[in-house]
Amino acid sequence: MSLSVDVHKDLGSFKLDVSFELPHADETLALLGPSGCGKSLTLGCIAGTVRPDAGRIVLDGTVLFDSEKGVSLPPQKRNVGYLFQQYALFPNMTVLQNVMVGAKGDRAERERTARSWIDRMQVTGLEGRSPAQLSGGQQQRVALARMFASEPALVLLDEPFSALDGHLRWTLEMGLSDTLKSFRGGALYVSHNRDEVYRLCDSVCVVTDGANEPPEATRRFFEYPRTVPAATISGCKNISAATVTADGQLECPDWGVRLRTSLPIADGTCAAGIRAHYFTVAGPGEEGNVICGRVERVIDNTFSMIVMVRTLGGAAVRYECDKELWRALDDPKEVTLVIDPRFVMPLTAGGRS
Amino acid sequence: MDWYPLWNSLRIAAVSTAVVFLLGIWLANLVARAPALLKGALDVVLTLPLVLPPTVIGYLILLVLGPKHPVGEWFLQTFDIRLVMTWYSAIFATIVVSFPLMYRTARGAFEGFDQRLAQAGQTLGRSNTWVFWRVKMPCCMPGIVAGAVLAFARALGEYGATSMVAGYTPGSTATISTTVYQLWRINDEAGAMTWVLVNVAISAVVLIAMNLFERRARQGASAEVGLGALGRWWRDRAARRDAAAVAGAGNGGGSL
Repeated sequence: MSLSVDVHKDLGSFKLDVSFELPHADETLALLGPSGCGKSLTLGCIAGTVRPDAGRIVLDGTVLFDSEKGVSLPPQKRNVGYLFQQYALFPNMTVLQNVMVGAKGDRAERERTARSWIDRMQVTGLEGRSPAQLSGGQQQRVALARMFASEPALVLLDEPFSALDGHLRWTLEMGLSDTLKSFRGGALYVSHNRDEVYRLCDSVCVVTDGANEPPEATRRFFEYPRTVPAATISGCKNISAATVTADGQLECPDWGVRLRTSLPIADGTCAAGIRAHYFTVAGPGEEGNVICGRVERVIDNTFSMIVMVRTLGGAAVRYECDKELWRALDDPKEVTLVIDPRFVMPLTAGGRS
Repeated sequence: MDWYPLWNSLRIAAVSTAVVFLLGIWLANLVARAPALLKGALDVVLTLPLVLPPTVIGYLILLVLGPKHPVGEWFLQTFDIRLVMTWYSAIFATIVVSFPLMYRTARGAFEGFDQRLAQAGQTLGRSNTWVFWRVKMPCCMPGIVAGAVLAFARALGEYGATSMVAGYTPGSTATISTTVYQLWRINDEAGAMTWVLVNVAISAVVLIAMNLFERRARQGASAEVGLGALGRWWRDRAARRDAAAVAGAGNGGGSL
C-alpha cells in the first residue's frame, strides 16, 4: 500500500495546499493540527467527496485524481474507507443493515461478512438495534465494522474520539489500536490531540492553516519538532524568537538569554523552544544554560505544579514540575531554571512562510 | 343529500397530491443542490403560487388551457378533450396552488439532511441513486409527508382558481368549497353549514394524523417511519392473530 497526495483548493478565505506521501505498507499517518486547519478537507479530497482545484492523488498505483489528466474517480470507485466524526450511521437501518451496506458479494455473503465484523468489533447482540439506541462507543464500533466490511485499501479516521467521554475513549482507543495493527492497509488519522497521535500513529504530518510539514516518525517528531507550528502542536509551551550567534548559540530576546544547544541548527532557524517539564531549578549563581526570573504565578494542576516565571526579556516561561519538588523549594520569589542543551530546540518558521 | 361534492373534492385532492408529491420531491431535490444563483431564481418561480391570489392563478391557467388558447385548443382538436369546465379541470388548479407547500417543506427536509450520510454511502461503494432512495428519502420522510399532507389539505379547500377553471355544475364540477358558496348564495344556510362541518372535520382529521406521525417520527427510531412502520404493523398483525388464536384455543380447552 502506498499513497501520494498533492492537493490544492482555493476556498476564498481559506487555501488548502497539502502534499505528502505514505510510502510504507500498513502505516498509520497522523494529520495533526488545530481545528479548522484543513485536515478534514484533505480527507474529503482523498475520499472523493470534495473536489480539489488542482493536484494528484495516487493510491497503490491507481490514480484517484489528476487535474492535469482530467481524472477524478467517484468515491464509490476509490476503495477508501471513511470513519466520520459523528460516525454517520444510517439512522433508518439496523446495525446489521448498516454493516452490510459496504460488504461485497450476494446477500448471504454480505451478511456473513457483516456478522464477522460485528463479532470482531464486539458489538454482537446489537444487530437488530437502530443507531439511535446505541451508546457513543457502540456507534463507533459499528461504524468501524461497517467501514472494514467494505474491504478498503486505505482508511480515513476523522477525529474518531471527539464525540466520546474521556474514560470511554481510553477503552476504545486500545481497541482501535489493535484493529489498526491487524489492518493490512494504510490509515490516515486526523486529530488535534497529540497524546492520541503519539500512542496510535507511526508518523506525524503537521497541518496548519491549510499547509503541511513533511511527515516525520512519531517518536522523532515529539523528541524534536523542527518548526514553530510543529513545536506548538506537539505541546511545547515555551517558544521565543531567536537568532543564531557566531559561536552557534541561540540568542533569545523574549527571555533575555543566550542558550547553548546540542541539537543541529538548521538554516532559517528563527526561534527556540523548550518544553515546560525539561527545566530543573538551580540555586542562585548557577552558570551556563539558565533562564532567571521572578515567580509570577503558581498554578496547582491535577498532578503537577505549573509555575509561570517572568524572565528578564519580558516574556513569561512556563515551568512544570512535581508537586513534592516544588513544595521542597518553599515558595521562592525568584528562580533560576536550568536547561540541558539537549532540550533547547532550534526551530524554523515552518507553515506557509 | 347529494354527496357528490365530497367524492369530487376527495378525488381532485388525491390526484393533485400524487402529482405534487412527485413533482415537489424532484424539484426540491434539484433546487437544494443547485448553485446559489439558479437556486434563488427557481425558488422564486416555484414559490410564487403561494403568494399570488388564486384568481390570478385561475386566470393564468385559463390563458394556457382554455379552448381558444394554444394547449387547450390542441387537446380539443387532437383528442377531443376539454381541459376546462370539467371535474378534472380543478386538478390543474389545485396542483398549481398546493405545489409550493409540498415543494418548500420537502426542500427544507432535504436541506436539513446530513450530507455526511450521503458521503458515507458513497465511500461504501453505493450508487448515488441507492443513497437517494435508501438513505436520503427515508431520513427526510417526516418532512416530505408533512408537505404532502399540507398540499392535500390545501387542495381539498381550494376555491378561487377552481371556480374559475372548473366553474360550478352540480353533479359534475361541484366541490365542497364551491358548493358552500353556492348554497350560501341561494340562502340555504343549513346546507352550507353541513358542508362547512364536513370540510372542518376532514381538515382536522388530516392535521391530527400529521401531528401523530411527526411525534412518532421524532420519538421512535426512524426505521419505523413510512414503509418501515407499515411493514412492522403488518408483522405485528400476524403476531396478534397468532396470539389471539392461541388465547382462543386456551379458552376453548378451559371451557371443556
